[in-house]
Amino acid sequence: MSKANLLDRRQVVSTLLADRRDVVAIGGLGASTNDMCAVGDHARNFYLWGGMGGAAMIGLGLALAQPKLPVLVITGDGEMLMGMGSLATIGLQKPCNLSIVVLDNEAYGETGGQTSHTSAAADLVGIARACGIADSRAVTTMAEVEAFAKAVHDVSAGPRFANVKIDSANLERILPSRDGTYIVNRIRGDLGFQPI
Amino acid sequence: MHARTDAADTTPSWPDDIFATLQRFDVRQVPYVPDAGHSKLIQRVLDSSTMRGIPLTTEEEGVALLAGAWTGGQRGVLLMQSSGVGNCINMLSLIPILRFPFLTLVTMRGEWGEFNPWQVPMGSTTQGVFELSGVKVLRASNAAEVPAVLEAAAAQAYNALTPTAVLLSQRLIGAKVFTK
Repeated sequence: MSKANLLDRRQVVSTLLADRRDVVAIGGLGASTNDMCAVGDHARNFYLWGGMGGAAMIGLGLALAQPKLPVLVITGDGEMLMGMGSLATIGLQKPCNLSIVVLDNEAYGETGGQTSHTSAAADLVGIARACGIADSRAVTTMAEVEAFAKAVHDVSAGPRFANVKIDSANLERILPSRDGTYIVNRIRGDLGFQPI
Repeated sequence: MHARTDAADTTPSWPDDIFATLQRFDVRQVPYVPDAGHSKLIQRVLDSSTMRGIPLTTEEEGVALLAGAWTGGQRGVLLMQSSGVGNCINMLSLIPILRFPFLTLVTMRGEWGEFNPWQVPMGSTTQGVFELSGVKVLRASNAAEVPAVLEAAAAQAYNALTPTAVLLSQRLIGAKVFTK
């Protein structure tokens, strides 16, 4: 079932976050949020367990509020497809510190592996570029993932988008906290904000 | 071709009252899907040096945006029309889960002298949808009560983290009239 030369999702996420420094990372509903936890829990990880289609917009709100901070959204093809309009919204705002990575296994992995629109028709890189995100990359090698991970820290040249073709293997689930208030307040605390 | 009638006057000042309140509460991000009833407020926001107006493709984007803004230390307000409230429903679940301040200002259609039947179903369920989703509803029906309603809404949303929607009634903004 797996095609040749597809990347391993955990290796991709591990590489994206290996030298994360001050990055705030948002994981979209599904395996992406588990991947972020699997490579290491962090006070600046925003794990989503719902709100499908909202990951990129949470990233935009955060990026606009903290323009000097690199903000990285890591999500899946199904989650991104549901929030496709947000690419147009982001393309219009052009936040220089926002990066979006789609882990594209061409399937709804959480619900039984049903094929997604990216398997045969939808080209998310083309869509992102056509929405005004000029730096939109189709990523198929780990060298390209490493280059993107470096670019994330450049908060003057975004927004940027990468669609990474990954294999559709279902990996062991490493579950992050499901307490959304804790997750948000932990990030806010790390950024220096007090509780209300 | 359309024109507004029955509005308090042709250049209402209540949008200025709303803008002043939002400014006083240090609102910084203003996502919106345009509506004629919000046009003056949107223009004030776009002309502002402290607020950022953010046009959306669909209203649910704004709910997620406000969650991110709060995580990054900023307050926001979502501007939309009643028909957009239905587009938000699943995303409204972020509000109790993430517990961020949520304020939305909704211009009403489908009530008070509505011409277009297609606006009526969503306009009729707007308040119920909010209440079922855990969002408190306040309403302003005339220009004179806008400042007090906005003040109360902003205070409870930002100080008490009480998710709040202000319905700006069609009687306030004026029924939309279509002419051939």
